[in-house]
Amino acid sequence: MTTGAATRPQATSPEEELIPRYSFLERINHWLGALAYTYLLITGLAFWSPYLFWLVIVVGGGTVAREWHPWIGLLFAASIIRTFYEWRSDMRITDDDRAWGRSIRDYIENRDDRLPPVGRFNFGQKLFFWGIFYSVILLLLSGVFLWYTQMLPWSYRFVRYAAILIHSSVALMTIGLFMIHVYMSAILEEGSLGSMIHGYVTRAWAWTFHRSWYYQVVGKPGSKQ
Amino acid sequence: MSQASTEIVRISGHVGSVPGAGLNRELTVCKLVDTTTCIGCKACEVACLEWNGYTFKETTFDNTYQTMPETAWNYWNLIKFNEHETEDGNLMLLMRKDQCMHCADPGCLAACPSDGAIVQFANGIVDFQEANCIGCGYCITGCPFNIPKFSPEARKVFKCTLCNDRVSQGLEPACIKACPTGCLHFGTKAEMTDLAEKRAKQLRDSSGYRDAGVYDPIGVGGTHVIYVLHDTKHPELYGGLPRDPHIPLAVRFWKSPLKWLGNLAILGGIFGMALHYMLVGTKKEVPIPPDGQESAEKQEKHV
Repeated sequence: MTTGAATRPQATSPEEELIPRYSFLERINHWLGALAYTYLLITGLAFWSPYLFWLVIVVGGGTVAREWHPWIGLLFAASIIRTFYEWRSDMRITDDDRAWGRSIRDYIENRDDRLPPVGRFNFGQKLFFWGIFYSVILLLLSGVFLWYTQMLPWSYRFVRYAAILIHSSVALMTIGLFMIHVYMSAILEEGSLGSMIHGYVTRAWAWTFHRSWYYQVVGKPGSKQ
Repeated sequence: MSQASTEIVRISGHVGSVPGAGLNRELTVCKLVDTTTCIGCKACEVACLEWNGYTFKETTFDNTYQTMPETAWNYWNLIKFNEHETEDGNLMLLMRKDQCMHCADPGCLAACPSDGAIVQFANGIVDFQEANCIGCGYCITGCPFNIPKFSPEARKVFKCTLCNDRVSQGLEPACIKACPTGCLHFGTKAEMTDLAEKRAKQLRDSSGYRDAGVYDPIGVGGTHVIYVLHDTKHPELYGGLPRDPHIPLAVRFWKSPLKWLGNLAILGGIFGMALHYMLVGTKKEVPIPPDGQESAEKQEKHV
């Protein structure tokens, strides 16, 4: 949280007053990862289905895509590993999260006021993060054997079979996570996309969606007396 | 192809149907390798290299007659040697010409993601079109015979073409031409199967090889390269010929149920999110109550 000059707002400040949410490095890392993932998605889907093979045409053709996919995969993994070191304490799952998870219906149906208090990230975001994190580990491990398929001796061919199944099914799971992530941040929750671009959210936004975090940042009203 | 083009379609001044029209011709080709008469001279290897423009590779010595462990991207045809001691103490030097089997149900083709990189011709030949190959190596995973090989220089995968370029011009494959013992034959699948069965019967009846037979594995729909073996019960003795080859289950699962389940899940997800957007709509920030006191109390209760 080193964005700009973050001053603790007064209790009388207007709700539109901005508070910092993502640092410059966090945002750069996020968009680098997003760019890498988009490339991996386009090329991966092309390798996945003949109906989508045309997708590689727009990124330079199949041969180029096959050369680059593993390298961009490493870049994506690096971005996720950096995110892990940035956010792992914020991503720890708490009892409040478990309670939040039990009332997920209220979240889905936009009755956010009924939900238990939410820290910097809500339970859904945490599940998304850990889903991507463990997926990246599996994708890296299986991806190496797809990258250098020809190096495996014939007697170890079961590794190829395992790698191809793990890589494709885990990639499918990340596609599910990715779609929900994009929908929620770019469409569903107004103000989220902007916060990952310029780094700030309004006080009202923070109070509405991440109340515990909001009080952490601005100080609890009760403690002032 | 040349056979089909000489079929008569119309005849002038002719009453009634055209003789020979709609005749079901046997167009599939087949290479027969009789391992019982192979002497391991490697003439077929040299012919293959010469015709396809490759040079002889450095050999590796492993205390047997085996010159190199397996075929390579620029070495499509290799004699596999095996010194086998039979139950009655006799020594057999088994030799098998290893090359692409040209499966009727090719695993390489099933696994390949690149449009037009692998084609199967009506005559049974399965050929790689390197211009369309992206070098992903999925064919290596799909093949049950360890045949497609990746070229680090070309970044593409290569294998035996069954001399598609020669066969399409009415010639035999180069390896057949070079064989000095006549253990290699080339013709239609029906002819070759017939010849192979006759030879196997001869081995069973006159030479004491009770388990002699023809290797034409049904697991891959039959192959367009078939073997006569002294012992069909132990094909793995012949340089690791698989007993019951089939497209790997993982490849089948990946290419069929997993693919359609995945695609359905993606489409379902998009549909579900669109539905959610229409029914529930966006999340909007709400104003903070004055002083935030009321909410703070609520907050305390939760904590």
